[in-house]
Amino acid sequence: MTIDRREFLLQTGKLLILTSSAAAALEYVLAGTPEEAPGYTVADHYWAMMIDIEKCIGCGNCARACKEENGVSRQPYYFRTWVERYHVRPEEPELPDVDSPNGGIDGFPEKYRGDDGSKSFFVPKLCNHCAHSPCTQVCPVGATFESPDGVVLVDKKYCLGCRYCVQACPYGCRYIDPDKKVADKCTLCYHRIRKGLTTACCEVCPTGARQIGDLKDPNDPVHEFLRTHKTQVLKPHMATGSKLYYNGLDGSVR
Amino acid sequence: MEMESILNSVQGYMYPNEVELQWSVLIVLYPFITGLVAGAFILASLERVFNVEAVRPTYRLALLTALAFLLVAPMPLQLHLGHPARSFEMYLTPHTSSAMAMFGFIYLWYLMGVLVLEIWLDYRKEIVLMAREKTGYLGKIYKAMTLGVDNISERSLAIDDKVGRFLTIVGIPSAFLLHGYVGFIFGSIKANPWWSTPVMPIVFLFSAIVSGITLVMLMYMLVSWLKGHAMDMNCLDTIGRYLFYAFIIDFTLEMLDLIHRTYEADESFHALNFMMQTRLYTSQIILQIILGTVVPIGLLAAIQIVRVSEMARKGTYVLSGILTLIGIFAMRWNVVIGGQLFSKSFLGYTTYKMGLAGREGMGLSILLLILPFVILWGLVKLLPPWDEEQAA
Repeated sequence: MTIDRREFLLQTGKLLILTSSAAAALEYVLAGTPEEAPGYTVADHYWAMMIDIEKCIGCGNCARACKEENGVSRQPYYFRTWVERYHVRPEEPELPDVDSPNGGIDGFPEKYRGDDGSKSFFVPKLCNHCAHSPCTQVCPVGATFESPDGVVLVDKKYCLGCRYCVQACPYGCRYIDPDKKVADKCTLCYHRIRKGLTTACCEVCPTGARQIGDLKDPNDPVHEFLRTHKTQVLKPHMATGSKLYYNGLDGSVR
Repeated sequence: MEMESILNSVQGYMYPNEVELQWSVLIVLYPFITGLVAGAFILASLERVFNVEAVRPTYRLALLTALAFLLVAPMPLQLHLGHPARSFEMYLTPHTSSAMAMFGFIYLWYLMGVLVLEIWLDYRKEIVLMAREKTGYLGKIYKAMTLGVDNISERSLAIDDKVGRFLTIVGIPSAFLLHGYVGFIFGSIKANPWWSTPVMPIVFLFSAIVSGITLVMLMYMLVSWLKGHAMDMNCLDTIGRYLFYAFIIDFTLEMLDLIHRTYEADESFHALNFMMQTRLYTSQIILQIILGTVVPIGLLAAIQIVRVSEMARKGTYVLSGILTLIGIFAMRWNVVIGGQLFSKSFLGYTTYKMGLAGREGMGLSILLLILPFVILWGLVKLLPPWDEEQAA
């Protein structure tokens, strides 16, 4: 079979176009489909969370649902959210006994009777989604950042895994994903809240002890909550601009 | 498995994510090694800028030591990253509010802008002569090292000397920057009270000067002994004296920090104090403060006051030198590892278990500490730091 120059150029041209478009298509497929969130504008939202300690019963549903929803490692040292049990004795309010067996996922075995004048309560913990977050400040490449709608996120394709952010978080909310070797943390279920859903942890909370709030939505219950409750954030002296508002937070909580 | 045994040895309450230590022995090596670099350079500058002629025999050895260690300095960092291949992003897209993002730039500046250039200028005459003299493989290396400049006229060498002197003057703040910056990496973390203090960069700096001077002193003694050269006792005594002065400042700063913490006794004091008396007792109180600081300072002070024989002085320098290096290593260890042993809730403590093998194991760390000496050996072969007349 003989091919003249004209035919050769034509065939080569076709081949080039086809392979390059195939490569582009493959890249598109490999990149995955972007999460669909029609009508969601980041500028219209600013997320926070309300936690009512008086309502928390320590069932651990939130910690369990979080691991399920976000594919967090089941090992007991990696948590995006966990529940702590505080036991405060009146003679030593500054040195409470705290435990969180497996992050509270399996609930808490009965331990304190409360007839000695002491008190016990549960404190759910998660990323504080700080407005002036020390973790994003130290990231050497800006792989972790505060989104315009007030959520602290990690770009897992960009993170070096240097662990500086884990050191910088005063609340112990970050860890290194043991599989991907990058920083991981609560995303406030960003994939859900953009679709108008609530977070996995709030969804399963049987008492409504945790609720997500949109500070930019004038009709959001968060405004009523902040107005009618005496709220506090964790470690206020750290001045991190935490947006995790606790009702009934005892002074002994760290 | 390993993590489980760590979880079982947790005392009190740690936030669950804190059980695993983030920064291992590799991150202990990093400040230790850069400290040696900065200190060795400061010793070199004593002669060049401050005209302390007595330490002249160590000038070139100090520069080569600094270079050998500087070449190894980024290796533990690189090895420690979860994604080492992405580290180049720190150069391409540095996050300006991050202290760590500045590492690459400060490092490159110090390596290429100061150290390599200064060594090149200082050795240029020898390099050119060697390039003319040697043939074959070695000749090609020297030829490449001349960078195509073979002018070694009197005038040209005088210019070299002038520029070299200027570089050393620029180099002093650069060395301060290189290591003070390492202190800032830790000192600026407000979440961690063990690290968060404005004194941290200065403490790091003076301990760096102490460790670097010590290393060059020991290297000078070792090389002289191996080569059968006579040791210049005036040089050794001068180094010993400067080491003593730097040590006094270093110890004062460290004690100031400790006393300040103890007296203020803020919310973290209970936890930190407990840690120092238990998990850090051996490495902090015994190794760092007593054996690594008080004893060598005492020995060096004794030599300043009492007249002893040359042999006894040499012995004292070797002993106090080795103790000092152990003490400074312990100090880096106590900062880096100690800062991660307590919970940020101040209610509990975890442990650090160093493996033998693996990327973050002891074996590799020891290799990383040997590697600079191998590099230094190569550098000394290529660029002999001693004058021929002195060798006699």
